Amino acid sequence: MVSRFYGCHMAAIDTERQKANRKLVIKLTWGVVGALLFAFALVPLYNVICKVTGLNGKTNVIPAQVSKQVDLTREVSVELTSSVMPGLGWNFYPETPRVNVHPGEIQSVTFIAKNVTNEVVTGQAIPSISPGQATPYFKKIECFCFQRQALNPGEVKRMPLRFYVSPDVQKDIHVITLSYAFYNAVKIDKKRE
Amino acid sequence: MSSTAAVHDSHDDHPTGIKRWLTTTNHKDIGTMYLTFSLIMFLIGGLMILGVRAELFKPGLQLMKPEFFNQLIGVHALIMIFAALMPAATGFANWMLPLQLGAPDMALPRLNNWGFWLLPPAAILLTLPFTLALFGIGDGAIATGWTFYAPLSVQGGMGVDFAIFAVHILGISSVLGSINVIVTILNMRAPGMTLMKMPMFAWGWLITAFLLIATIPVLAGAVTMLLTDRHFGTHFFDAAGGGDPILFQHLFWFFGHPEVYIVLLPIWGFMPQILQTFSRKPMYGYKAQVYSLWAIGVLALVVWAHHFFTVGMPTPALLYFMYSTMSISLPLAVLFFCWIATIWRGSITFETPMLFAIGWIILFGIGGLTGLVLADVAADQQYHHSYFVVAHFHYTLFAGGMMGVMTGVYYWLPKMTGHMYNEKLGKLHFWLTAIAFNFTFIPQFFLGLAGMPRRIPDYALQFADFNMISTIAAFVLGLSQLLFVYNIVSCVRGGKKATDKVWEGAEGLEWTLSSPPPYHSFTEQPIVK
Repeated sequence: MVSRFYGCHMAAIDTERQKANRKLVIKLTWGVVGALLFAFALVPLYNVICKVTGLNGKTNVIPAQVSKQVDLTREVSVELTSSVMPGLGWNFYPETPRVNVHPGEIQSVTFIAKNVTNEVVTGQAIPSISPGQATPYFKKIECFCFQRQALNPGEVKRMPLRFYVSPDVQKDIHVITLSYAFYNAVKIDKKRE
Repeated sequence: MSSTAAVHDSHDDHPTGIKRWLTTTNHKDIGTMYLTFSLIMFLIGGLMILGVRAELFKPGLQLMKPEFFNQLIGVHALIMIFAALMPAATGFANWMLPLQLGAPDMALPRLNNWGFWLLPPAAILLTLPFTLALFGIGDGAIATGWTFYAPLSVQGGMGVDFAIFAVHILGISSVLGSINVIVTILNMRAPGMTLMKMPMFAWGWLITAFLLIATIPVLAGAVTMLLTDRHFGTHFFDAAGGGDPILFQHLFWFFGHPEVYIVLLPIWGFMPQILQTFSRKPMYGYKAQVYSLWAIGVLALVVWAHHFFTVGMPTPALLYFMYSTMSISLPLAVLFFCWIATIWRGSITFETPMLFAIGWIILFGIGGLTGLVLADVAADQQYHHSYFVVAHFHYTLFAGGMMGVMTGVYYWLPKMTGHMYNEKLGKLHFWLTAIAFNFTFIPQFFLGLAGMPRRIPDYALQFADFNMISTIAAFVLGLSQLLFVYNIVSCVRGGKKATDKVWEGAEGLEWTLSSPPPYHSFTEQPIVK
C-alpha cells in the first residue's frame, strides 16, 4: 500500500527488508519453541536434581540394603508425623511419635490405620523427609508405603516400617522428621482414566 | 517533514467505524486500542481491589465470603499485570517505536492486529466465571491468587480452567507482540540509526521482548501441566501420583520474576527521555544505562527462587538466590544514579509528566529498597507472605509500573491527540495519586512487620487502625483515577492545540512530526546522522 509512493529503488529495499523480517521471525519462533521445550525439560531435570540431592524429601521406593556398620558414637532422633488427605475416610497415626537411633542401626516402628467408612478403601502413603538434605540417608528396608493398602470397613491395620539412618548422614543433622500423607488410591486411578 | 505528511494525508483512506478498529493494521490505531484496553482493565482491576479494601476496612467478615475475597485478589492481580500493565507497555511500543525509530509502521502489521484482538477474549475468560457464578454455574473465578500454586490450583473449581486458558491467550498475544517489537527494532530503524544511537525506550523494550520470549512459554508450559493434572490424569504437581507441588513454584517463578522486569523495562526506557526533556539537558550515561538494562535482563532469569525462600531449600541454594537477587541492585543503582544525574543542575520545569517522573523515581526507589529487605533470607522468614510483601510490590508495580505508565501518557498524549491535556487537572491527579498511594501502602508495611498475613479476609483487632487508614486512602486513590480518565477523554475530544514539539526540551524523531502525526508517517525514512 505504501510502496506505491516509492521509486523502483525503494521497492527493492522493501522486498529485501521483508525477506530479512521473515528470517528474523523464523529465528524468534524457534526461540519460542525452544523455551516451551525447556519448560517441559525442567520436569525431568528437577526430578533428577531432587533425587541426587534429596531436596523434595522423597525416600526410596524399593527396599534398601541393610547397613553393615553401626555408628554408636552418635544418635539421631526420628520424629514421625502423619496426615490423611481429603477423600480418604481413615484414621492414621504413628504408634510412637519419636524414636532415637544410632546411624546404621535397624529400627522398626508401627503406624496404625483404621477405616472408619462402610466400604473397602484402598490408600497409598506418600512419604516426605525434612530436612531434605537427610533424605538420601534415610533408608527403608520394609515399608507399607511400597504398596497400596486396602482396608475393609472398620478394619484396623498395624503397618510396619523398618528403616535405618545411613552412617554417612551429615554430622549436623540431629533430628529427622518423617511425614506420611495417605491418599485415596482409587480416586487417583479414576482421575487417570 | 510536515510537507511530506500532507501529501500522504490524502491517501489515508481506511474503513471507518467499528470496521476500522477490527481490521486495522496501523500501528497508531493498534497502539490506541492497546492503551484504551489497558485503561479499561485498570479501572476494572481497581474496582475489584476496592471491594477487597472495603472488606478489610474493619476486622471480621462484613461484605463477602472468604471464597469471593480470594477470587477478587487473584483476578485483580492477573488483570493488573496481564491486562493493564503489559498492554499499556505494548500500546506505547506500537505508538512510539515506529515514530522514534523513523519507521513507517511496525514490522509485522497483521500479526500486530491479531496480537491485540486476542486480549479482549482473554479478559472475558478471566472475568466470566464471576458472572456465571451469579447464575449458579460453577463456583466463581480462580481463587488461588495470581500464582496458581499447586495443589490448591489442582483442586480448585472451573475458575482455574478459565484462568489457565486466559493466560494461554494472553501469553500468545505477548509473544506475538515481542516478536513484532524485536523485528521492528532490529530491522526497521532509520538509516544511520545504529543500535547505540537508538532511543532508550527501544532498548528497554528490546530486552523486555527477549525476556518475554524466554519466559512466557515456560508459564504456558506450567499452566498446561496444571491443566493436564486437573483433567487428564497426569501427576506433575500431585504428590499422590509421584509429582511435586514445589516444582510448580519453580516453573511459575522462572516466569514470574522476569515478569517484574518485563513490566518495568519499557518504563525504565522512556523515563530518562522524559527526564531529559524537562531538565533540558542530554541524558546522562546512555551507555551505562544500556549495559545496566541488559545486566538486569540477564540477572532476572537466574534469581527466581527468592519468591519462596521458606519452602525448605538447602542453605547453599538460599545463599545463591539471596546474593544473586541482591546483585540486581547494582545495575539498578546505576540506573537510579543516571536518572538523578540527568536532572542534576538542569533547567527543570514541573509539568505533569515531570511531576510523575520525579515521584516515580522516589516511590520506585522505596520499592527497590524494601525488595532488598525481602531478598535477605533471614529477614524473609519473618516477612514472607505478609502485608510487607504486598506493600513492597505495590511500590514497584503501582508506583514503578502504573505511575510510570501515567508519566508516559501525559508526556505523549499531546503528540497522540494533537491537543494539550488540562495541566491543572493533571497536577491535581498527580498529587492525589502520590499522596493517597503512600497513605494506602505505608500502613501496609507496618501491618506486615507486625505480622498480618496477606490474602486473608479477616485479621486480628490490633491491625484495625492501619487497615482503616489504608482502605480510606485506597478509595481516594481509586477515585482520583477518574480525574485521569476525564483528562484523557477531554484531551482526545479537544483542547488547546499542541505544537509539533509539544515540550520545549523534547528530543527525538517523534517530535519532528505534526501533532497528531499523520496516519502514515515516515513512509520515507529520515536519515539519522
